[in-house]
Amino acid sequence: MTALLAYTIFGLVTGGAYAVVAGGLVLTYSTSKVFNVGHGAIGMVMAFLYWELAENRGLPQWLALLIVVGGCAPLFGLVIERFVMRRLAGAPVGITLVAGVGVLVGLIGAAQVIWPPQARPVRPFLDQLGVHIGQSFVSGHDLVTLACAVLVAGGLYVLLNRTRTGLAMRACVDAPELASLYGTRPHRLSALSWAIGSALAALGGILLTPVVQLDYVTMTLLVITAYTAALVGRLRSLPLTFVGALGLGLVQSYAVAYLPSSPFWISFRAAIPALLLFVVLLAMPQSPLRIGGVRGSRGVAVPTGLTAGVGAGLFLGVVVALALLVDSVVAGQLALALVFGIVLLSMVLLTGYGGVVSLGQFTFVGVGAVTVARLGSTSPLTLLAGAAVAAAIGALIALTALRVSGLYLALATLGFAQLMDKLVLQSPIAFGVRGSLQVPKLVESATAQLLLAAGVFALVGMGVLAVRRGRLGRKMIAVKDSSAACATLGMNVRWIRVGVFALSAAIAGLAGGLFAQLRETVAASDFQLFNNLPLLLFAVIAGVTSVSGAALGGLLLMLLPVLQSGFPAFAGAAVVLLGVAAAGLARDPNGLVSWFFRAWSWRRA
Amino acid sequence: MSTLRVEGVTVRFGEVTAVNDVSLVVSPGVTGLIGPNGAGKTTLFDVISGLRRPSAGRVLLDDADITAKGPHQRSRLGVARTFQRLEVFGSLTVWENVVVALESRRRSLRLASKLLERVGIAEFSDNQADTVPTGAARLLELARALATEPRLLLLDEPSSGLDRAETNAFGELLQELSAEGRSVVLVEHDMDLVMGYCDHVHVLNLGRLLTSGTPAEIREHEGVREAYLG
Repeated sequence: MTALLAYTIFGLVTGGAYAVVAGGLVLTYSTSKVFNVGHGAIGMVMAFLYWELAENRGLPQWLALLIVVGGCAPLFGLVIERFVMRRLAGAPVGITLVAGVGVLVGLIGAAQVIWPPQARPVRPFLDQLGVHIGQSFVSGHDLVTLACAVLVAGGLYVLLNRTRTGLAMRACVDAPELASLYGTRPHRLSALSWAIGSALAALGGILLTPVVQLDYVTMTLLVITAYTAALVGRLRSLPLTFVGALGLGLVQSYAVAYLPSSPFWISFRAAIPALLLFVVLLAMPQSPLRIGGVRGSRGVAVPTGLTAGVGAGLFLGVVVALALLVDSVVAGQLALALVFGIVLLSMVLLTGYGGVVSLGQFTFVGVGAVTVARLGSTSPLTLLAGAAVAAAIGALIALTALRVSGLYLALATLGFAQLMDKLVLQSPIAFGVRGSLQVPKLVESATAQLLLAAGVFALVGMGVLAVRRGRLGRKMIAVKDSSAACATLGMNVRWIRVGVFALSAAIAGLAGGLFAQLRETVAASDFQLFNNLPLLLFAVIAGVTSVSGAALGGLLLMLLPVLQSGFPAFAGAAVVLLGVAAAGLARDPNGLVSWFFRAWSWRRA
Repeated sequence: MSTLRVEGVTVRFGEVTAVNDVSLVVSPGVTGLIGPNGAGKTTLFDVISGLRRPSAGRVLLDDADITAKGPHQRSRLGVARTFQRLEVFGSLTVWENVVVALESRRRSLRLASKLLERVGIAEFSDNQADTVPTGAARLLELARALATEPRLLLLDEPSSGLDRAETNAFGELLQELSAEGRSVVLVEHDMDLVMGYCDHVHVLNLGRLLTSGTPAEIREHEGVREAYLG
């Protein structure tokens, strides 16, 4: 009984901190209709800043808290709102998501530059205080956390329901133009909500630091739990969000207490937030087919079969010439770039043509790699096996997750990626107890690897273009533009989506197999959840609507770790730049590569 | 020759009842469905085409209950529609829009040009569909719907965006479609079009069926005048 009480208190306290974070998320979403994927990263950076002031510079805790939560965080929220989010008002979900991921990756890069990795203990608040409830001890920090949760809940309720500003905020979401006619200023209100949202992210982050260590990625992804809570409230209802957050805190706490401690259950516990995210999404009502308004997008011109063939020939010619010129290290790096390019081709199909944003595409790369590694054969057929397993898992995910769409679908892929990460890829099931596997090479020399990767890239690239020109391509684009019209023309929209998802997963799985045999050793750490985010960024920055964009993105993805090992500080800055670029480029999904196309057609004109 | 029966259909959005216990029959020929804004016309179309499940009631096509069928299944049974708020595939060309529909029914792609000519927008074939004028986009939706060889065709305000000459040409087209044995239901605010070309008219008001009859009967109906003039 004592234990139950203790775990209940612990659960409520963590849930309270989640509630603070989730409350901020719901506030910004409900007033600006932008789901801020970077919300957790803001909390993370602000927690580091708090450490800097309170622990490193020795400021009193209350003063550091005031500076961060009352000053820096709201100011940061204002800047993000003004320079990134305001330009995205009314943009499709995919674009706002990518901008959010840009903010997230940029902030992690910035944190890594400013605060290089080291242990950073943070003292809890009021550590001399505390009360005994029965035989359980509730620390001062716990009390502060609970008090903050109650204050934030009450404060937000009063703001939205009892003040003119709150009323105006709610009006602006539905009809900003109309609201501005009545004298409200939508930009100012949106800025206010971002300021408050950032402050709450900061407060939640700081309150959680004694529970989780100060770490760039862990803290950033911790908000998956806050996302889940916000989804319990359907991103609208603050009371439901708070109930959801407390419930999640309790579930996690009881899981620690009462689940067995075998290796499987330990990974299961870590997967609980993702599992719950998935469950909450699946419990949502089926999104009705959206009706209303013409939507069209302008992709880069799709080459004819002949042009694509000539292009592939030229590309292979260049690669052969390069293979003769460069040494084996560079050949290996170029091969890796092309393998990444193949992963990005899978996103051209899914995101570029199909309009589905996946935050879990790298997971399929992991699945392909594990399959090839486990088969351990040097037959090229193993690559196909990797693709097939990835396709099967992709189809399964699509079948369960595709009842939701847009933002919820993207979050479902994130939930799925975390689930796979915790339950499969990071557990002995995938890479064995040592966490890594040896893979026999399909071809020996680095030059041969480069030619193999180039051959597969050219084939898959031509295949993707053939799909785009053909029946399936037209269908995919039709479904993206109007799924309601597709349904009334007799298409089974769900099966088309499942097919595209599976095909895209197969390409990613194929790339995973190539990756594994190229690397010779693959480890769980190669496929961490976080790797999905730069993947999406590079895809969008380089151009997610074209094969050449995939090639460019692959090259950039390969260069990032090379930079990181050579010039760590510069790499951090590069990541920041990436984030900024993504946030800026998000409006044009044709990416950098389309600039080259435009320059080219201008020269010819 | 198809007959559509709507029996006791009710659609509620939360506390609002958009369609309230509506029953009506649509026989071959051109049927008008009119009523003031908010009468529930488009919602009823959504229910008939399968995009929205009714809170109560049934939809029958040739005496078969299709209430539980999805929109794509109804399309295969011969139900097609256009949309009040346009739903053309904006990223595709006008020609490709029709091709997508033909492909989904495994029909010859050569029909695409013929259909575009038939509705009178062949000149826009190669234009991206989100760049054509509203009137042309409405006709494109009609061409796309015809590509599925519908027995029952639901047209939601097809003439808005058309000028007088184009509207008259559209009226002729309606009669041709009717002569081919199709049942056409027309939601329309252009009363000349409704009164000139419909064989039968249903009037909705505030979610309820106000009356049904021939255009001449509807013209004389007191309640219809009140509903329209407030």
